[in-house]
Amino acid sequence: MSADTRTLQEPMGRSVSAALTSRTGRWLVYMLVFLWTIPTFGTLVSSFRPEIDVKTTGWWTFFIRPHFTLANYKRVLSSNPGDDNIGHFFLNSIRITVPATILSVGIALVAAYAFSWMKFKGRDWLFVGVVSLLMVPLQMALVPLLRLFTGGAHVTLPWVGTHTIFPYLHLNNTVAAVWIAHICFGLPFCIFILTNFVGALPREVIEAARVDGAGHGTVFAKLVVPLSVPAIASLSIFQFMFIWNDYLIGKVFGGAGDNSPVTAKLADVSGTRGQSYHLLTASGMISMIVPICVFFALQRYFVRGLLAGAVKG
Amino acid sequence: MGDLLTTLLVVLLGVGSLLAVLGGLYWITRWLPGKWKERSRVFLFLLPATFLMIVGLVVPAIRTLFVSFYDDNTKKFKAFANYSEIFQTAGTRLTVINSLTWVVVGTSATLIVGLIIARFTDGMRGEKSAKSLIFIPGAISLVGAGIIWKFVYAGPPFKLGLLNQVGKAIPGLPASLGGHGNRNWLLERGFGPFTPPANAPGFNSMLLIVIFIWASTGFATVVFSAAIKGVPETLIEAARVDGATKRQAFYKVTLPYIRATIVTVATTTIIGGLKAFDIVAATTGGNFGTSTIANEFYQVYFTQGRNGLGAALAVLIFILVVPVVVMNRRAQRRAEEMVGA
Repeated sequence: MSADTRTLQEPMGRSVSAALTSRTGRWLVYMLVFLWTIPTFGTLVSSFRPEIDVKTTGWWTFFIRPHFTLANYKRVLSSNPGDDNIGHFFLNSIRITVPATILSVGIALVAAYAFSWMKFKGRDWLFVGVVSLLMVPLQMALVPLLRLFTGGAHVTLPWVGTHTIFPYLHLNNTVAAVWIAHICFGLPFCIFILTNFVGALPREVIEAARVDGAGHGTVFAKLVVPLSVPAIASLSIFQFMFIWNDYLIGKVFGGAGDNSPVTAKLADVSGTRGQSYHLLTASGMISMIVPICVFFALQRYFVRGLLAGAVKG
Repeated sequence: MGDLLTTLLVVLLGVGSLLAVLGGLYWITRWLPGKWKERSRVFLFLLPATFLMIVGLVVPAIRTLFVSFYDDNTKKFKAFANYSEIFQTAGTRLTVINSLTWVVVGTSATLIVGLIIARFTDGMRGEKSAKSLIFIPGAISLVGAGIIWKFVYAGPPFKLGLLNQVGKAIPGLPASLGGHGNRNWLLERGFGPFTPPANAPGFNSMLLIVIFIWASTGFATVVFSAAIKGVPETLIEAARVDGATKRQAFYKVTLPYIRATIVTVATTTIIGGLKAFDIVAATTGGNFGTSTIANEFYQVYFTQGRNGLGAALAVLIFILVVPVVVMNRRAQRRAEEMVGA
């Protein structure tokens, strides 16, 4: 509020009603915040309660009869046969998320430079093509890409016979299959966001460097990358969270085996151990630690990334 | 841990060699004659992204479209038979209806709650913490969200469900409404005296939509809040000087001003609703009449192995997404003209 508004005299009745609405408004917010927090809080509390307590009483009884235990966490992290070994899948998620994030942002940045500062025929059309790929739901690309990973691509033509147009790379059910799929599906979004940013860099700076004889490689490495750090940071955090939280791609490309991310394992546990509520809580909490920490530690960048994606998209 | 380091090392090596190859090629281009030098460099800059998008997205999407017109072995051309099967079979028809319900109910509730929180937290004491707490559900995975809400909806034989405990605490509440704490919330389609017909979404679907609203409100709130802060103060002051109450100023000045943002958040939420899979898979698995198109797609493809029908369901999601995005673009442009941005 600026100084002028404070000198503005409000009619008596209106200021009372305004105070009243803002008080109801405030209580409405408190109530919503309470409702929004309760489920997560309950799960957190449950994860520290012994099995028998979790199954027979609600988590709120913890505050009347507090029985604290770390047994659930020990059990889900244990690698004994028959146990869930959530730690292993947690590491899988790191193995998937880190390369997928770095590579999708890196590859997109190079492409964004080309779309912004290189002149070539059909540039605008190609960019429109990339943007329209944003509309393609990943369900449409999922199965054919999976087939490519599980056997390559072959084409059979009359007289010519069967020819391999894409080799079988033995990628099925590997961590690499998951992150390659993430890169393919994430590129249109990353290119779109980064082109918006890189294209808005000051023209004089880039052109001055070009006139001085710097090639595209130099301009990209020495100017565009350092100047784009804020956008790179925001987008990387966004991609990181998105990939960490993904379930469908991890499940399909990680297979049923040991290479799926923690989300897929969690959903699995929820199905096979639907009755083991005490273990579900601990597994769930472990899978949430990373996104919650990232969110709180890097909130500002993350929100900036969200806004760049939302307000312009 | 050692295992993890090895993988990261391999990735680093892979990225390094890729960079080396591209860098080497780039270096070679310096000896090409003028026009070809520039062309080859453009090509090198675009190569990795274009290659991955064509192999991973464009060709697969075209193939899915193609497969959707064939039988499940992709041998016999069936024209639109897979599509008509979606709408003629009661089970799949319900998934389409459920998905549309997710979109309509989920999106409108998310927008309204998001606007309420953004409006009333604006300038409030503890604004930041309130918004952070609202956002947390949006930061975790939807699978995690499903697990968390299992503890709210859990039914007998367990006594841990929050809803059942609340129901039990209300004296005289009939069992069909959750009284006595004995209701299986995620299994029962009806609620109280209402039993939904076979073609309508059940109450358990609504409960899953609640999870979706819970998870998407944080995003809406953060974006709305930033937009509300971007409304020029002079506009609001002018309205207030003219005698508008705070509420009137919000409805007549703020809301129209942030229209473009509302449309964008609506688009994102609608698309999220159309792709709803994680929540359904982690809670009911699509049983008890709660399946959605995206969940049915997964079941049909990967559990039943029905390629043609699965592809048709994937294309259906695409067909539903396109008009939403196109309308978003139009509304966006109109809103920009209005605000004069």
